[in-house]
Amino acid sequence: MKITRRGFIRGAAAAGAIGATGFPHIWNKNLSLARAADGEIKVGVLFSLTGTTAIIEESLNKATILAIEEINAAGGINGMKIVPVIEDPASDPATFAEKARKLVLSDRCVSVFGSYTSASRKAVLPVFEKRENLYFYPTLYEGRECSKNVVYTGAVPNQQQDEFVPWLVEKFGKKWYLIGSNYIYPKEENNYCKKLLEGLGAEVVAEEYVPLGHSEFSSVVNKFQSLQPNVIFSTVVGDSVVALHRQYRAAGLDPAKMPMASLTTSENEVAAMGGEAAAGHFTSAPYFMVWDSPENRKFVDAYKARWGQDKVTHFVSEPSYFQVYLFKQAVAKLAPSDITPPNIREAIKGESMIAPQGKVQIERENLHTWLWPKIGQCKSDGQFEILKQSATWLKPEPYKAYPNMHCTEAGLTES
Amino acid sequence: MSLVVTGLSIASILLLVALGLAIIYGVTGVINLAHGELVMIGAYCAWALQSFFGIGLLASLPLIFLATALLGWIIDRVVIRHLYNRPLDTILATWGIGVMAQQAVRLLAGGELRYVEMPEAMNHPVSVLGVEIPIFRIFILGLAVALFGLTWFLIFRTSLGLKLRAITQSREIASCFGINSNRIYGLTFAYGAGLAGLAGAVVSPLKSVAPEMGTTYVVDAFMVVVLGGVESLVGSVASAFIIGQSSSAVAFYANDTIAKALVLLFIVILIRFRPQGLFAAKVRS
Repeated sequence: MKITRRGFIRGAAAAGAIGATGFPHIWNKNLSLARAADGEIKVGVLFSLTGTTAIIEESLNKATILAIEEINAAGGINGMKIVPVIEDPASDPATFAEKARKLVLSDRCVSVFGSYTSASRKAVLPVFEKRENLYFYPTLYEGRECSKNVVYTGAVPNQQQDEFVPWLVEKFGKKWYLIGSNYIYPKEENNYCKKLLEGLGAEVVAEEYVPLGHSEFSSVVNKFQSLQPNVIFSTVVGDSVVALHRQYRAAGLDPAKMPMASLTTSENEVAAMGGEAAAGHFTSAPYFMVWDSPENRKFVDAYKARWGQDKVTHFVSEPSYFQVYLFKQAVAKLAPSDITPPNIREAIKGESMIAPQGKVQIERENLHTWLWPKIGQCKSDGQFEILKQSATWLKPEPYKAYPNMHCTEAGLTES
Repeated sequence: MSLVVTGLSIASILLLVALGLAIIYGVTGVINLAHGELVMIGAYCAWALQSFFGIGLLASLPLIFLATALLGWIIDRVVIRHLYNRPLDTILATWGIGVMAQQAVRLLAGGELRYVEMPEAMNHPVSVLGVEIPIFRIFILGLAVALFGLTWFLIFRTSLGLKLRAITQSREIASCFGINSNRIYGLTFAYGAGLAGLAGAVVSPLKSVAPEMGTTYVVDAFMVVVLGGVESLVGSVASAFIIGQSSSAVAFYANDTIAKALVLLFIVILIRFRPQGLFAAKVRS
């Protein structure tokens, strides 16, 4: 078929007309209409259930569903039930964007909970900014983002590293080997790490990035042996973490002398590599499954009762869980006719609760979360021993590595 | 020295993964895109035998070989057999089989990463020529050499191998001499699949076990086979060695990302000037 210009215009006009009548949301700017009709509040749940990151995102999906079911069982929000619309974006950023559009436009969700990788968050961001909707993102990430349409409940670099790096330097020494997967997150974290190390007078003997999904670490282990760093700072992600730890252990390296310090190795990854391979290494995160608090015991018991006794909770599934409760608190402050994404955003600023990790709060300025960084050492049973918790909760500073820049309510500012 | 040993260890895994692919392509001409998934299924077999029946990795190897070979034979009899005269279509068919295998494993075993225990006796290093290397990697090297030797013996020293070589040269004429090419093709596919399964089982304690793991292995295997020349067993060994050594050297002086890119670039340039690969089998035309 040949496409002429006139034919194209005619077709486009017809498509436009069908779109305008068939899909009222395209021209209806007043998206808030009937948001909370019939005593239901629709929210989107957007975690990959298939594809490469399904391994971890399944657990985030489960934590989110658990929170929604608990809230509904306890009477919902002011008597209204939360109705989750679950979509599977299949670990593919383009599909993430498409499903986000569907959730916001045709399902008319007031907010969406979702994403694990930064790539998928970046992919859905335009949808939420354009449609003035709200996205709840539970993952620790590299910071350096400033959006009034995203509520970030995971840690940013300063919340994982400010205590961790000085502690490691003091305990093990000043020769550091930085190894990460080759994409934006490890590079930004290492950027911040190098700033901290410089202040401490420590030295980076190597900085190296392996391809995503890399599983042949013999060259890297070889370099560990020849350079003999005091600390291996790892921001390797995904199934590469498993290969790295197992090959480190098979090479006979000793965590007591040359530990790996990670921002990304959780109970989930440890379960896959076997506790023996992880034992002795360190992770910094605001949450560990063994954290002893009444809120966490309740969370872990509920999670296992709902999804299986062999399941573990970890530092991304915990924010997936508590962010639904923060959403609930914000919505509970609104009258049913006022439940719109912009109103929820205003209502959630400064909102706080006792999460499994401790008391958390949404920072007014940048919608990130005040968290409680902890340092854990892995034991051979696959759980962590918490060695240290920071004395106070830590303010989220997504631009801390960039001293002139600040994320404020008005957006990104430079001084 | 440590560079060479590291390179050897990378090469042995490459060879192990590529051997099955090379045999299937060399003999039957089927481009088996499901090869990576056969590797993955081998790894899952190791996991299942270990966690449900308590059979250790080494003891389970023969079982895994038989199981994946049987699976390969079934795939061949049900699907591939009908496509032997349409080699291009086998790409699509085997790719589809690969996708189905991935999803089937996900449904049966779940999406989580799985854990295969390393034999305790092999979970430490020994010093070889002044370099500390894990015993398990030496074991993999030994296994790769042994399997290569076995394959070579099968092809060049048995009557089955003789028939197989006859078919490779000319299927029609071989059939005229009463060789049942259909049966030989099926056995070849089964043997190649069994080798893939073994490879998966053996690498599983070093790497991670997940439904998607096959994708990276199939890329590696194709690199080896294409570089070595598709009908040459010796070529596979040589190219695994070359790729392993150059990866290890580049990764040492730069890093793994650059090593991957450079090795691929090198192969692309090489097949521009030598499309038949380094070691092409000489066939009278």
